[in-house]
Amino acid sequence: MMKKVIAVRDLVVVRGEREVLPGISLDVSAGVTGLLGPSGCGKTTLMRSLVGAQRVRSGTVEVLGEPAGSASLRDRIGYVTQAASVYDDLTVAENLAFFARVLGVDRASVDEAVAAVALDDHRDQVVGRLSGGQRSRAGLAVALLGKPDLLVLDEPTVGLDPVLRRDLWELFHRIADAGAAVLVSSHVMDEAERCHRLLLMREGRIIADGSPDEIRERTGTTDIEAAFLHLVEDTEPAA
Amino acid sequence: MSGRITLAVAGRVLRQVRRDHRTLAMLLVVPCVLISLLWWMFEDLPGDLFDRFGPGLLAMFPFIVMFLVTSVTTLRERSSGTLERLLTMPMGKLDFLLGYALAFGLLAAVQSALAVAVSVGLLGLEVHGSVWLLGVVAVADAVLGTALGLLVSAFATTEFQAVQFMPAFVLPQILLCGLFVPREAMPGVLEAVSNVLPMSYAVDAMQELVGAADTGAIWRSVAIVACFALASLGLGAATLRRRTP
Repeated sequence: MMKKVIAVRDLVVVRGEREVLPGISLDVSAGVTGLLGPSGCGKTTLMRSLVGAQRVRSGTVEVLGEPAGSASLRDRIGYVTQAASVYDDLTVAENLAFFARVLGVDRASVDEAVAAVALDDHRDQVVGRLSGGQRSRAGLAVALLGKPDLLVLDEPTVGLDPVLRRDLWELFHRIADAGAAVLVSSHVMDEAERCHRLLLMREGRIIADGSPDEIRERTGTTDIEAAFLHLVEDTEPAA
Repeated sequence: MSGRITLAVAGRVLRQVRRDHRTLAMLLVVPCVLISLLWWMFEDLPGDLFDRFGPGLLAMFPFIVMFLVTSVTTLRERSSGTLERLLTMPMGKLDFLLGYALAFGLLAAVQSALAVAVSVGLLGLEVHGSVWLLGVVAVADAVLGTALGLLVSAFATTEFQAVQFMPAFVLPQILLCGLFVPREAMPGVLEAVSNVLPMSYAVDAMQELVGAADTGAIWRSVAIVACFALASLGLGAATLRRRTP
């Protein structure tokens, strides 16, 4: 049994009038874990809870053995929101140098992060003038600074071309191979195959949890999209 | 709190401003042009109207400009996701706020130095107090503007709203600061309101400097402005939340 990196128990999050997470429980271990589900199912809210940015109503969230949001976790988690979360009026290198100073890591890790997302050729370009894909990779590079033990990535591959998506997934696997846990959300089901483990989410609940093969087998389907639909029809009360 | 992080924020903010040539030029040139305009307007009139209104204007520039610049930039930090990212990192709220205050305070010092040089050197504004004290007052005004800008940006969800806070928060202070009507000549209620508005003390300090130059009175006004700035920074820190709904 691999060590648990994330342990969520009965987490309830209410945003406005809506109960976005009505009491979710899940575990995440090392490796690349995909959090898949349609837009609006609560993926972002769950990820924000993991990094301690979300106000929660009840339940427990433990990350790397400590309550989520603890001060000691702040330099151990790399987090990328759906927005690239970088400064558009600074260059790639300037952005990274700034965040590196905040994290207290050295300049060498800036070069490593730039190389990891293959932005060497663009390091002195202002982020606002980069393409959408390059911009989101700049945001990802910031999350890689200081080699965090956990990466929480909110839809990092959305809108990227197929080659770039493949490269990024390879990067996630390299990071996982080096010992970190990587949690990646996506609403594109065909990204499922690239994960060690999947959490399928719908309306604030986990409806399936296992390796892609296990989930396909359990539902008797050939791809994850069909498995998802099968699970949804199963849980829906007959009209 | 960490000096390293505060300086990192200040350095980054200054770098962003330096990259934006048009904003930088406007920050530095517009106050000089406005003060010259004021001087020109009063040129043919009898009396020392420029000496009366000039100091008030010198106190207002850093306040207004820094209020606007800060409220828009912090709002941008909130909407671009950079603030959320920073607050999941080992960044103290005060590091963030003081970094901004430091950067814009420096910028205001340069801005005021230019405006004062033009006023005193070219336009013949009479300053009885020491000129460097004028710089201190200007920086205090700028930090106050920055602090209030940080504070109100917490209550704005769009840049339109942030800009609307300028007429809502700043214009009343300009009207009641004693520049147009001496504060003691206002209706009692307005005088009382004026007494609790920070801009009144900023303008007091500038007018003291140019007029009687009672150093004690100047420092008292500066201290009051600084207290307002600190209080707004404190309230601003309270509005920066690591966890949001």
